[in-house]
Amino acid sequence: MKVLMTGNEAVAQGAYEAGIHFAAAYPGTPSTEILENIALRKEITAEWAPNEKVAVESAFGASLAGARTLTAMKHVGLNVAADPFFTIGYTGVNGGMVLVSADDPGLHSSQNEQDNRYYARMAKVAMLEPSNSQECKDMVIRAMEISEKYDVLVMLRMTTRVCHSKSIVETGERIEVPVKPYVKNAPKYIMAPANAKAAHVVVEKKLKELEKFSNETELNYIEWNDKKIGIISAGVAYQYAKEVFGKNASYLKLGFTFPLPMEKIKKFAEEVETLYVVEELEPFMEEQIKAAGIKCIGKEKIPNTWELNPDIVKKSIFGTENEVIDYDRTLAVGRPPTLCAGCPHRAFYYQLSKKKNTMVTGDIGCYTLGGAPPLNSMDTCVCMGASVSMAHGAKKVFERNNDDKRVVAVIGDSTFFHSGMTSLLDVVFNKGNTITCILDNRITAMTGHQDNPGTGYTLQGDSTDAVQIEPIVRALGVKNIKTVNPMNQAEMKAALNWAYDLNEPSVIISRYPCALKKYSKEDLEEFGPIQGYCEVDEETCIGCKICVGTGCPAIVFKKDIKKSSINKFQCVGCELCLQLCPTKAISKVGE
Amino acid sequence: MKDTKNILLVGVGGQGTILVSKILSTGLMTAGYDVKMSEIHGMAQRGGSVSTQVRYGSEVFSPIIGIGEADILVSFETMETLRWLEYLKPDGVVVINDFEIASAPILMGKADYPEGIIELIKGKAKTKVINAGETAEKLGNQKVMNVVLLGALIKSMNLTDIDWEAVIKSQVKEKFIDINIKAFNAGMDAV
Repeated sequence: MKVLMTGNEAVAQGAYEAGIHFAAAYPGTPSTEILENIALRKEITAEWAPNEKVAVESAFGASLAGARTLTAMKHVGLNVAADPFFTIGYTGVNGGMVLVSADDPGLHSSQNEQDNRYYARMAKVAMLEPSNSQECKDMVIRAMEISEKYDVLVMLRMTTRVCHSKSIVETGERIEVPVKPYVKNAPKYIMAPANAKAAHVVVEKKLKELEKFSNETELNYIEWNDKKIGIISAGVAYQYAKEVFGKNASYLKLGFTFPLPMEKIKKFAEEVETLYVVEELEPFMEEQIKAAGIKCIGKEKIPNTWELNPDIVKKSIFGTENEVIDYDRTLAVGRPPTLCAGCPHRAFYYQLSKKKNTMVTGDIGCYTLGGAPPLNSMDTCVCMGASVSMAHGAKKVFERNNDDKRVVAVIGDSTFFHSGMTSLLDVVFNKGNTITCILDNRITAMTGHQDNPGTGYTLQGDSTDAVQIEPIVRALGVKNIKTVNPMNQAEMKAALNWAYDLNEPSVIISRYPCALKKYSKEDLEEFGPIQGYCEVDEETCIGCKICVGTGCPAIVFKKDIKKSSINKFQCVGCELCLQLCPTKAISKVGE
Repeated sequence: MKDTKNILLVGVGGQGTILVSKILSTGLMTAGYDVKMSEIHGMAQRGGSVSTQVRYGSEVFSPIIGIGEADILVSFETMETLRWLEYLKPDGVVVINDFEIASAPILMGKADYPEGIIELIKGKAKTKVINAGETAEKLGNQKVMNVVLLGALIKSMNLTDIDWEAVIKSQVKEKFIDINIKAFNAGMDAV
């Protein structure tokens, strides 16, 4: 059957057809929908892990137990999982194992645009790169075969445009593969020095075999057209090259990109007059091709920053651009992403923004938007969990310098489970004095509402124990803990004042559901429904703009009459502005 | 390929461009075209500027549309037309929804919503203006504004041969089928 699928949906379909038994991941754009779609297939055990390292390790355990397994993560997730990843490069697998790395060229929703192809080379694992959804599906199936035949982990490297573009996929049936028997094999799986030394030698031998495969496989194929220009390309960059050059160039299209098929590349290079390597981000292929003594043009012309597209390929190589309509491009006012109307993070940040002499270390999630105007309540955002540990280091230095600046770490519930817990342990262990604020909005919001250990539900919808944050924090050794409802501004303000007055570590858990969350029955019991919307009485409004200063997208300041106004279609009735209005001009209606 | 047609849908996160592109690309596929569709998820969806790109023809390579290549630009929000106009072919068509959503700098009073956008665009490209918000409200739900715009798009691209009602039926929840078909037809009539 022909179906339009995103690359992520196609990976899930491929996992299904390949007979995969077990899959684990941590959500991260642009990879999230892979596991969400795998989870719909009851033949596969699919789980959200607390972080990517855990996901890779549990998938690896499943592989050793004989299952075909898949794990998926965004590019920076592989940094978290790098530890097991590198050593699995040595051990190899039992049941086939695929690791999907979804890179984000152009930083659509990420903190960097690292090129994870280098990871495959560094960890000495095989790599496949799909360029459309059909290839996503097919390559998961091929990756399973390669993984089991060569006893290697296979990395399927995708990018945002491959993950989130839809194209037509021919779907097939699932092939049930029996789970292999588990066989204890200490030399292979106990990576103590003596065994690991031997394993390294085996890996080098496997790489030679994989290079032979790379030269022979039809995953790397040549399309002969005009031989004046030859193009080597992989992933979505291949589609861009085809768009620009059409039949005016010959192509060596690479689907298996580590180890590279250097013999095939040499033969192709000999036949064409000018050889271009068209690749997105870093010169991963180009450097290896040049090192093999083959002349080619790549990053001299095509930039290694930001996302590639056909316009850039065309301009870089031909120096030409399309004709466009001439107009003043600066007329459109910026439209940055904002916290939603009714977002509990806004209620938290509004009170934090009033604190003076404070450094706020932030983290990864919707709440990173608290760093933007008008709240401006965040100083840093680096990686998952960094808020808590960076706060600790910074506070230590302020203390050394007799600077009484307070340091507040802001981290989400899912991010705390991901990698905030060990950081908080550091604060307690090393006699830190930071204020850690855990913004528990009862869901993993930014990636599109995935369950996490705190929500009480698994990826496949089973109810499970909802892990409570407060006992974890207490067990880590924090003595000063307060759980508050941030939507109650007096309570939120009092909690921050309480923490600022302490001279030892404290944790504030700001607990209220994401405004977009579909409430579970437990949420309804705890928080009750929100109804109605807020309204401004123009007579009473003095135009002080305090409500506007919350940055709520439902509130607009009418310049002509110097009064605030609330859009009833956007307002969800959270009552934050109502509590802040000094003249009580805002009231709730429609309850 | 030379026969590839490019449709660019732009708007603000939450306006329903994704459902429209889903109906659109499914319909084009059933009509036998090769189709590619691209959209961005994640942070930009939180009230930011969003775009969805649909390309169809006998064989489509790139999933994204280049600058100066869109045959039609359908703008779900008036000011977004300005942000994406450079993607339109000089002889392309613009469908503008006369519907303004103030962005953060405007809400805070730090910038003004630009005036005279529709007149400016009319002077630059072949333009069709519709009031999809009002049309949708008359039908009983402002949210079906997106499908009103889909109707206008289908008519403008001359894709009326495809059985869109059947596609809509396959893509929306049963209780919303009627209102969406009404919205689609209202959009067709509006241009």
